[in-house]
Amino acid sequence: MGNDQKLDARRGDLVQIHKIILTPEQRSQDLPASTKAVPYEAWIKGFLLEDRAKIGSTVRIETFIGREISGTLVEINPVYSHNFGKPRPELFHCGKEGNPNVGTKKVKP
Amino acid sequence: MTKDTSYHSVMSRKKEILKNSFGIDYQRFEVSPIAFDYEGLMRSCGYSLSDVRKIQLEAGVGNTPLVELKSITGMVRSISAPGKGARIFIKDEKACPSGSFKDRRASLSVYHASKLGYKGVVAATSGNYGAAVASQAAKYGLKTIIYQEVYDSRKVGQPEILEKTRACEAYGAEVWQLTVGPELFYMMLLALEETGFYSASLYIPTGVMGIETLGYELVTQLMDQEGRFPDMVVIAHAGGGNVTGTARGLQKAKSYQTSVVGASVDLRGLHMASDYDFNRKSFTTAHSGFGIPFLTWPDRTDVPRNAARGLRYLDRYVLISQGEVFYATELLAKLEGLERGPAGNTSLAAAIPLAKELNRDQIIVVQETEYTAAGKLPSSQLTFAEKNGIEVRRGDPKENVPGKRIVIPERIEQMRVEDFPLDKIRQSYIKNAKEAAKGHQPVEGDILYLAEDSKSSVDFVRENLDSL
Repeated sequence: MGNDQKLDARRGDLVQIHKIILTPEQRSQDLPASTKAVPYEAWIKGFLLEDRAKIGSTVRIETFIGREISGTLVEINPVYSHNFGKPRPELFHCGKEGNPNVGTKKVKP
Repeated sequence: MTKDTSYHSVMSRKKEILKNSFGIDYQRFEVSPIAFDYEGLMRSCGYSLSDVRKIQLEAGVGNTPLVELKSITGMVRSISAPGKGARIFIKDEKACPSGSFKDRRASLSVYHASKLGYKGVVAATSGNYGAAVASQAAKYGLKTIIYQEVYDSRKVGQPEILEKTRACEAYGAEVWQLTVGPELFYMMLLALEETGFYSASLYIPTGVMGIETLGYELVTQLMDQEGRFPDMVVIAHAGGGNVTGTARGLQKAKSYQTSVVGASVDLRGLHMASDYDFNRKSFTTAHSGFGIPFLTWPDRTDVPRNAARGLRYLDRYVLISQGEVFYATELLAKLEGLERGPAGNTSLAAAIPLAKELNRDQIIVVQETEYTAAGKLPSSQLTFAEKNGIEVRRGDPKENVPGKRIVIPERIEQMRVEDFPLDKIRQSYIKNAKEAAKGHQPVEGDILYLAEDSKSSVDFVRENLDSL
C-alpha cells in the first residue's frame, strides 16, 4: 500500500477486492498439507459501485468487462508493484567471455 | 432456479459445462476406453494450415524473424570437439502482438469462438497465454476472464505472474488473482456456467493447430535463408502444445528428418500444488512439474481428450537447470542484442549444450523467445528467489537443487542437459492409459493407438502391457 493511499473510495474509483472462495474444509480433497490448511482466496479489480466505502467494508464492483462482483475492499487505486529487482552480481560475468570488446580487464568479477 | 455452486457440485457438472463451452462433441471421436481418433478430432474444427496462416496474418500473429545467433554459436564452437558446434538460429516470437508464441494458440481459438457466436472467452493460465487470449479477444471484440494462480497464502506473488496480471488487464481482461491450488479449474467452470463464454483451453484442437504455423514457418524461412531443413528443433515443453503444434508444422513443411527435442526446466522434487513450494521456484511454466506429468498422461487436463500430445512427436526430452536458463538469457542480451524473458529461453539454454553434439554444418532452431518486462527478467526473479530463502550463486550448475539453490554457470562449457529417458515416460504412459480404461482389456486397435501415441512400436506396447 503506497503512502498516497486513500482510505475512502468513491463510486467509479478503481479498487481491488478480496474474497474467500473456499474455506479449508470446502477445498478439493486432493491437496498437499500446506495447501489444504489454508483457504482458497481471490483478488479482483474493478470500479466501485457504492457511493462511498472504506477499506475493509463489503462492496460491489464492476469489472473491466462489466460483470458485478462483491467482496472486501482492500485497495484503492491498486498499484502494480512488481519491479526489475536488484542488480545481481552473480550475473555480471555473463557474456564477457564471448565478446572480447566488452568489459574492462581492471575489474575481475 | 439457482444452481449449487459448491466445489463438489460444480465439479460433478464438469462434463455438461465443458460440452457447452467448446462446441466440440468429444464423444464422436472415442474408439474404445483407450483409443480415440486423434486426427479426426484435429480435423473437426475445419481449418487447414493455409486457413490458419490467413487468420493469423490478419491478426498480426506470426511471420516472426528467424535470426542466426552467430556469437553464441562461436562460443559453443570454441569449446566443442573439432568439426562440432552446430549453427544456432532463434525464432523471435517476441514479435507476436502480445509478445510470445502463445498468440498463435489464442488467435485461432478466439477467432473460432467469435465465429461460433460466443460473446467472451475464459482461460485458466498464469503464463503468457492469458495475455495472448486477452489481446486477441480485444481485437475480435470479445470479453475475457482470466484465472491466474498468483499468490501463496501470505499473499506473496511470483513477479513473473504479477506481470502477467498487468498484461492481461492492459488488454482489458477481468483477472482473478488466486492463491495456490488446482481449484483454478473449479473457478473456470463456475465462470463458464455463469457467462456462457467459450473455454479457450490450451488443449483444444485450435489451441494446438495455431502453433503448426510456427513449425511450418521456421522450415520455410530456413529453406529461404540457408537452403536446408533444420537438423534439430528445440522446443520448451510444459503441457505439450508447443511440441505438438510445432512438430505437426514441421511435418506439414515436409521436414521429416528433423530431430524434435523437448526441453523443460528441472524442478523435480517441488510439488506444483503446494502452498509452501509455490514461491521456491523461479519458473512458472515450461518446467518438469508440468512436462513430465503431461507426457506420462496427457489426458489429465480440462478437456476430455488433450489435443496436445507431446509424446507422439518427441525424439528426445531434456532437462536444464534454472541457473542455466538465466545464464542463456544474459548471453542472448549481451552477445546477440536480444533482451528477452527467461522462461522463453528454456529451449535456448538446452540448445547450447546440444549444439556441441552436432556437426558444424548442421543447424539447430530454437523456436521461441518471449517479451520481457518488470518481473520477467533474471534480476527480478533472482531477487525474488533470494527473498524466499533460495541460495543464488555462481558455480557449476550441477550443484543446482530445485527449491534450494540456483547456480549461474561461470562458463559456457559448464552447461549441460540431462536426458530424461523417453522409454521410461512411455512405460508410465502405457500404464496410465490401461488404468484409466478401468478394466477394459486392450485389443489390437488399442495397441496400435498406444504405439502411435507414444511414438514407440507395437512390440514395445505389448511387452509393457504384459508386464503390468
